[in-house]
Order: sequence, then structure tokens, then C-alpha cells
Amino acid sequence: MNEKPEKLINKKGLRLDGRKPDELRPVKIEVGILSNADGSAYIEHGKNKILAAAFGPREMHPKHLSLPDRMVLRCRYHMAPFSVEERKSPAPSRREIELSKVIRESLEPSVFVEYYPRTGVDIFIEVLQADGGTRCASITAASLALADAGIPMRDLVVACAAGKVDDTVVLDLFDTEDKVGSADVPLALMPNLNAVTLLQMDGILKPEEFEKAVNLAIEGCQKIYALQKEALKTKYMLIEQEEEVEE
Amino acid sequence: MPTYFEKKQLVTPGELLAEGDYLAGNNTYAEDNKIYAQRIGLADLDNKKVNVVALRSFYFPKVGDVVIGTVLEVGFSGWTVDIKAPYTALLRASDVLSRPFKPQNDELSQVLNGGDLIVAKIASYDRAHDPQLTVGEPGLGKITRGQIIKVTPSKIPRVIGRKGSMISMIKQETGCQIILGLNGVILVTGKNPEDEELAMSAIQKIEEESHTSGLTDRITHFLKEEKTKREENKNE
Repeated sequence: MNEKPEKLINKKGLRLDGRKPDELRPVKIEVGILSNADGSAYIEHGKNKILAAAFGPREMHPKHLSLPDRMVLRCRYHMAPFSVEERKSPAPSRREIELSKVIRESLEPSVFVEYYPRTGVDIFIEVLQADGGTRCASITAASLALADAGIPMRDLVVACAAGKVDDTVVLDLFDTEDKVGSADVPLALMPNLNAVTLLQMDGILKPEEFEKAVNLAIEGCQKIYALQKEALKTKYMLIEQEEEVEE
Repeated sequence: MPTYFEKKQLVTPGELLAEGDYLAGNNTYAEDNKIYAQRIGLADLDNKKVNVVALRSFYFPKVGDVVIGTVLEVGFSGWTVDIKAPYTALLRASDVLSRPFKPQNDELSQVLNGGDLIVAKIASYDRAHDPQLTVGEPGLGKITRGQIIKVTPSKIPRVIGRKGSMISMIKQETGCQIILGLNGVILVTGKNPEDEELAMSAIQKIEEESHTSGLTDRITHFLKEEKTKREENKNE
């Protein structure tokens, strides 16, 4: 796997894993799977496997980090040593610290932080297996964990990436495409409010390619949002069904 | 002015519920004349007010609520109490002693110690200060006997029932005294442990089946059945 493939898109216009340029990887989401956390979610996005847990709102420790007028969101993104091909040191790397910040900032606009002053909410994200696009999958799962913890939110946050490989703009890059390809644009969205909470770019794109990539990523977000909503409802669907039977 | 939900429809945070001349009720918010959900729950329209009954929430202190808490720490002039809310509550020594508190005369840990359970009322709370408790009313104070059961705070109204029908029924059937802490902690005190167990199993059943209707009748039936079963066991 370490040698670089020459072509990322074959003559038929299909990618290395057989997808069309605008096709997502299969996504599977489950909500409320950790009983010790206040809210939790698990996502399988292609070969990515990620757990997210939320605790709170609770008192901040250490206390001096709390803010007098709003709730503090804390986030830890961590990759398990066995999540990548070569063992990753379990100590937080530069990249993980940055991603923790980026994920926190993409979730913050969705939460009513001003409702609960002097409190804190902790989000823990554990990447069990990584295959490109973990930040996007993490945001999708973490947002569900917050909703499952019963924290009031403006909207769910859903994220998806687009990018450029072999001069073609494609949706949802996996590991090899991310590393060999020429650009990657992760984007997080609050679909009902039509507000973007995260937009990054790594690589070089022409302005028109960038626009195409952003639009493609938004389309991808909408598709994942449907699955995200479905996953959250599934946990509580039983309750609704029973109620219908009773009445 | 349309609404976008049916009665008791399951909605997720951010879902558009109504547009136009509506008011945002519980667990909803308004933006640009549109009403959205804040939490996962069941949507409901009450006149012009859109409400969501949350399926997931936590206890948030409100002045006048009766809660059951655990004493965490004995301080210089009072105690800190865990009331299962985002904030720890304070109970002042002068409130418990009902006379001026003098550090040289009174040893606070003899009145209440860490780990003690208390029934208290929230005397004051605002955004800038932690909630303050009071025990200066009948029925409040240290818990000396009985058993504790914890439920999700949003299910307390279900345990009370319509106009208190459920809770008075359980009290009557089991002969137990029940104090409901609005923070989801319930104290059951009876003449003997068996009565308490019976009341607790009924409350547990309510929590598990809180979303179904006709619950009061079913719980009555359940209690009567359990009682006859127990009597049969005694006679054998």
C-alpha cells in the first residue's frame, strides 16, 4: 500500500475504490451506545471507525477555566495507537491538538452556550480506525453525542470533504486520495440554517474548482445529514411506535 | 403560517417546526419568524405556542423546587451539596441551626456530614450565583430512614401523574411516604423494607414505561398483583 498509485482515476472515470467522483462512502451511525457517558455516538464512514462521547453540562474543573457568561465547550480528538498502519504514539500530537480545536470551533455555533453560564461540556472523540476524512466524521458523531446528552442546540452539525485528484473534483476523499491528491476541502454545515461552521483547504485549487468542491461538499453533507437524523431518531423510534399503538 | 409537524411527532434539534405567527415554547427557539426544535423530543402545538417534550434533558435548578441532595463537603459556615445539576448547591449553617451561627460553639460536621442525604428547597438561584438551599420548612431536612431511587428528571411529572393521581395511588397502595426531588431523586419511606421495595419497583416500572398511556391503571394492577403474590409467599 505504500507505493504511490500512478492514476487515482481510471479510464472509466472511477476512483481507486470503485466510486464515482460524486459518490460518498457507505456511512453507518449509531447513537447512545456508551452507558457511562451522558451522550454518545458511533460512526463508520467508509473504513473510518470513530466513537464520540459527551459529558455535561457540569461544573468546570479546574474552576478558573469557566466563563461567567457562558458554557465552555472542551473537546479532545484522539487517535488510538492501532488506528493507522504504523503504530501512532498515544500522546497527543500537534495534529490532534489542532483538530481538537477545529472540531470544537465547528460545534460551538450550534450549541446554546449562553444558557448555562459557568459550566462546561466535555467531548471525547476516539478514532479507532482512520482512513481519511476523520475530522469530518468526528464532527458528525460529536454533534450527535451532544444531542443525545440533551444539550439544547440550534441545529445538528454535519461535515463532509471534497477535493481534487487527477484534475477531477471529487467528493469524500479517502486516505490515499488525501495523501496523493492535490487538494482537500473539509466543510461542516448546519443544514437547516444553511450555515457553514468549518471550511478548510489544504492544497491548490483554481477559484472555479474551489466553488465546485464546496458545492459538492455541501451536497455530501445533506446526504449524511439524512442518515444522522435517522440514527438519532432510531434510538427513540421505539418510544414513538409504542405510543401510537396505545392510542 | 404553516406548521411542519404532526401532533407528537419525533423531532430532532434544528428541525423546522413552524413558520409565521407562532410562539416558541419549551425546547424550541425562534429565528427569522421561524420556530426550530432545540432538543430531541415530541412536538406539540398549544394554541399558538410550539412546544417540544424533551426525551433527553438534565435537571436545571429553579427557585422553589424541592430537591434531594448529597452533602459533599463541610465548609466554614455551611455545606456544599450535590443536587445532580450543573452547579453544586450551598446550604448555610445559620439556615439549618435556625439561630445565629457561631464557629466557636457549633461543630458543623455533627449536624450534617459528608455523604448525608437531605431534602431541601432551592431558596435562590441566578446566572451569577450557585443555588442556595433552605431546610427551614416542614418536611425538609436530613434524611434518616428510607430508600433512594433515581430516575431521569424529565420523567418526574409522569411519576406525579395527572393532578397527582399516580403518586397518591402508590402511596395508598403501599402505605409508604414518598418525597419527589425534582432533580430526579426519589425518597421512599415505609413501615418495613418490603413496602419500600414494592413502591420502588412501581416507580421503576413507571420510568421504563413512561411514554405509554393508561399507565396509572396498569401500575394499580401491578401493585395489587404483587401484593397478593407476597401474601401467598408469607402464608406458605
